[in-house]
Amino acid sequence: MEVTVTVNGTAYERDVEPRKLLIHFLRDDLDLTGSHIGCDTGNCGACSIIVDGVLVKSCMLLAVQADGSEIETVEGLADGDRLTELQQAFSDHHALQCGYCTPGMLMSATALLRANASPSDEEIKKALQGNICRCTGYWNIFEAVKSVAR
Amino acid sequence: MLLREVEYVKPSSLADALAALAANDGARALAGGQTLINVMKARAASPDVLVDLNGLDELKGIELAADGTLSIGPMTTYAELVGSAEARARPILGEVCAQIADVQVRNRGTIGGNLCSNDPTNHLPPLMAAVGAELTIAGEDGERTVPASAFFLGVYMTAVQQGELLTRITVPAGKRDGFAAVTLGVDGTCIANAAASLDGSLRIALGCVDAVPVLVEAGSPDDVRAAVRAAKLDPPSDVHASGAYRAHLAEVLAERAARQAMR
Ligand SMILES: Cc1cc2nc3c(=O)[nH]c(=O)nc-3n(C[C@H](O)[C@H](O)[C@H](O)COP(=O)(O)OP(=O)(O)OC[C@H]3O[C@@H](n4cnc5c(N)ncnc54)[C@H](O)[C@@H]3O)c2cc1C
Ligand code: FES
Ligand code: FES
Repeated sequence: MEVTVTVNGTAYERDVEPRKLLIHFLRDDLDLTGSHIGCDTGNCGACSIIVDGVLVKSCMLLAVQADGSEIETVEGLADGDRLTELQQAFSDHHALQCGYCTPGMLMSATALLRANASPSDEEIKKALQGNICRCTGYWNIFEAVKSVAR
Repeated sequence: MLLREVEYVKPSSLADALAALAANDGARALAGGQTLINVMKARAASPDVLVDLNGLDELKGIELAADGTLSIGPMTTYAELVGSAEARARPILGEVCAQIADVQVRNRGTIGGNLCSNDPTNHLPPLMAAVGAELTIAGEDGERTVPASAFFLGVYMTAVQQGELLTRITVPAGKRDGFAAVTLGVDGTCIANAAASLDGSLRIALGCVDAVPVLVEAGSPDDVRAAVRAAKLDPPSDVHASGAYRAHLAEVLAERAARQAMR
């Protein structure tokens, strides 16, 4: 099936099998390997992206379902070498170790801060609930997000 | 994971969706996909055709009637219900939807999908049974409306037959409700749960203890534990809890939900 999407501002048109998950479409067909596959069961959030303004796990959607939509992935955050404030905060606060969960964490936190520029501690924790990190113990991730909250 | 080969259609009217489902015994509705896509990955089901309901505006949205009755489209997501001003007419609905899994799952998962998958650990089957919801099911030959007690038939089984769709969830007016659960981590999968609603007497629905929500009536919160004991539950055991512990939790949670409803 023909699928037309805009990813981080660039339009793509591809012929896709309906059985292909959106995460595989991004990684294998579009070569956008920033979004990761951790669990492939909807539990870890490493594949989190924003579709038409809504945070989703891209291993839980078919690529054909995204036809006509605007997608944002971690590759779209920085402007060349210029990191977003949130990305810089992750670096400053050591909010990553192996970095596997980081693309998903950044997308979840980006979605939170867009909807709510001054989240409470509770709101930050609730917003990151769908993202698992096996390295950091979460604290530095929480601190990084909190540091850019207004 | 590469899924088995499957066809995909996205109808733009309910009639087209019902026709697509009726045309093929292997056709299956796709709502939020937050259960079905995993089921397909695990090869627990391999539909021939996915009929995506996401293009059906008829199945979306929440309306509040003058008498307080809520009419909920099955394709309403948890996040949409939580954010709906109308749904606040029955506050327990948003309170419970806000406890399901995480932001991403709440952004995609639907009220209808939660009920139709009827996983015994899901949050909404007992809740809808306790609040006395009615479910409207449509097929090519017309529609019928059944109470929640006649909707949930077995593990993963409901009154929705092949070729049919759940098209509306009707929740009567009311405010005196409660919900309590013991979960795997905050907002995690339920080990046991209970929903209660004060409607003359207390109507309590217990989840995770049988294939379908178990309904129990009690006159007051003080009578709830005895009423649950009288139901002679025989819950399943698994790695998270023994059957005996689940039966104990059912009593405790039923009383908590009842006390919340009486507040
Ligand atoms: C990580 C994770 C954690 C979760 N934790 C919880 C939890 O704690 N509690 C909980 O309750 N749920 C939980 N879920 C499940 C989630 O709530 C699902 O969204 C829900 O069970 C199914 O809704 P859906 O819209 O995604 O339906 P789908 O997955 O699209 O469909 C599920 C089934 O219902 C059928 N169906 C859907 N809509 C209709 C309709 N209108 N008419 C007829 N048939 C229909 C489909 O054909 C399919 O068989 C979790 C899911 C994930 C991925
Ligand atoms: S890979 Fe999608 S949630 Fe883990
Ligand atoms: S930094 Fe390694 S999983 Fe989060």
